Amino acid sequence: MRELARNPRAALRLTGGNIELWANLLVISWAVAFMLWQGVGFAITLGTVFAIWAILSVSLNLVVGFSGLLSIGHIGFFGIGAYAMAILTSDASYEQLRTEAIPTLGWPFFAALPVSVALAGLVAILVGIVFNRFRDDIYVLVSFGFAIISFNVFLNWRALTRGAFGIHEISRPEIGGWAFDGDLAFLALVVVFLAAVMLVSWFIVTSSFGRVLTAIREDEQAASVFGYRVTHYKLAIWVISAMMAGLAGGLFASWTSFIDPNSFILLESILLVSIVILGGLATIWGSLLGAMTFVLLEEGMRFLPFLPNEYVGQARQVVLGILLVLLMLFRPQGLVGRFKL
Amino acid sequence: MMENPTAPANALRDSAANGPELLLALQNVSVHYGAVIALEEVSLGVQRGELAAVMGPNGAGKSTVLKAIMGLAPVVGGTVHWRGRPLAAATHEIVKEGIAFVPQGRRVFTHLSVEENLEMGCLYLNDRAEQSRRRDAVMELFPVLYQKRRDFASQMSGGQQQMLALGRGLMAGPEALLLDEPTLGLAPIVVKEVFQKVSEINERLKTTIFVVEHNIKGVLDIANRAYVLDKGRVVHRGTPQSVRDTNILTDVFLGRVNAGAPEE
Repeated sequence: MRELARNPRAALRLTGGNIELWANLLVISWAVAFMLWQGVGFAITLGTVFAIWAILSVSLNLVVGFSGLLSIGHIGFFGIGAYAMAILTSDASYEQLRTEAIPTLGWPFFAALPVSVALAGLVAILVGIVFNRFRDDIYVLVSFGFAIISFNVFLNWRALTRGAFGIHEISRPEIGGWAFDGDLAFLALVVVFLAAVMLVSWFIVTSSFGRVLTAIREDEQAASVFGYRVTHYKLAIWVISAMMAGLAGGLFASWTSFIDPNSFILLESILLVSIVILGGLATIWGSLLGAMTFVLLEEGMRFLPFLPNEYVGQARQVVLGILLVLLMLFRPQGLVGRFKL
Repeated sequence: MMENPTAPANALRDSAANGPELLLALQNVSVHYGAVIALEEVSLGVQRGELAAVMGPNGAGKSTVLKAIMGLAPVVGGTVHWRGRPLAAATHEIVKEGIAFVPQGRRVFTHLSVEENLEMGCLYLNDRAEQSRRRDAVMELFPVLYQKRRDFASQMSGGQQQMLALGRGLMAGPEALLLDEPTLGLAPIVVKEVFQKVSEINERLKTTIFVVEHNIKGVLDIANRAYVLDKGRVVHRGTPQSVRDTNILTDVFLGRVNAGAPEE
């Protein structure tokens, strides 16, 4: 035992190939125990936050894990989806509030959602055409640039986004007279979308298209000499991924009913990349596991008695950072991943 | 016996001006990487059904010849001809023209299974039946690939990976196969097997082969045509026997050849 304490690697070796199993069991039992402890209302909130982050992390894993493009600008597409939903569905009378006025279109949720997704995809095409010129470290840098630019657009294009004031009274989904205004109903809706995103992702990664992506991830040039237009494949997965992030953004805006640029800062993007790495690259299940771990950390730390509320946010980042360092040291492929970063 | 003491008058034709047309030919091709001259006015080629070998010391430009054909090197002068016409296709379109490239270092996709690696060679076909027919033919040629078809390529030995790389190239159904150092880093017994397979592909499948190789003895035993490169220029062209007869390889490896001078 003392030997194991001195040598953590030996402890990891003891569990051998069961690390994935242990990781799954730990995270799932942690989640179940936490929900049982805190009650139904908390479980619904936790589930909704998890499902939205899970959609985001699955979408980013398609790019980072399966295609090998380390993008830290994904939060931009999340924001585009959220702002499209907010601008199209909000029906607040901003003039009366004497703040920034924006058009109040009052679209229904299900009309705005496809627009949110399509807009994120459209921006992704334009950005992706430029990004396709870059690889590796430079790719990370330009994606960083995209995150900064999109945040500044959200903050400063006040005629459209109301800048720092944010947009409120974003509508909840309603279909055929039945509104998803209850938290449980909204959770059900988000889970349906998460399932759809997972299904689409599964089809992608198990198809010949997915195999080409894996090949591109390993060796772009070798894939190219066998007849694959690498730039097209990279652009396609980038756009699909961005559209999923746009979907997550639309759902997030509707769920919170208020958004402002603070939800789409670079730090959120880095946290998202951390979730993907934590869960494991090139695994859909790993993304869910990563998202659940993150949400449990985020929400769970509120209940630590020795931690004042004002430090919870920072502590969450510290813990996630430590977790990442430990993972890189002992399990660089993440909890259930296939590849090392 | 030397075939042609000076650069050919017409690189698209074999030796004499009225010889048969070369299937794949480089005509006065120059490749420069900035200030570094990798190839300078190189003319060489291969006839349909032949096995041509390109040899030379490190840095002679051997691999650059294949990269120039595949559009992977910055060609600053000259033309690559395929079936008598300039080859202007982009890298990803060349395989559809009938040229498959097996790059140096094997470069199999280690996170894909053997079957998936083979599939990568002809996924662009969108014809499942044809893909399946080709896979069966390749597995018949390389029984080890059949035995390991469900394994990841990362689980294979270097020699097996080389067989996989050759098989993946054949999946494209190429008229010409370009091999870049197929025996690099392999054990002598495996080297022999690789040369046997390359020769078998050439003779049995009638696939034209252009091979860049450092293993002189092995490649001269199976080639019909040989080129020796030094410092980015062709310093000798002819039959494998002419290479053995002239000691040209000893000279280039010992730096006794002036690469700017006319070919020996």
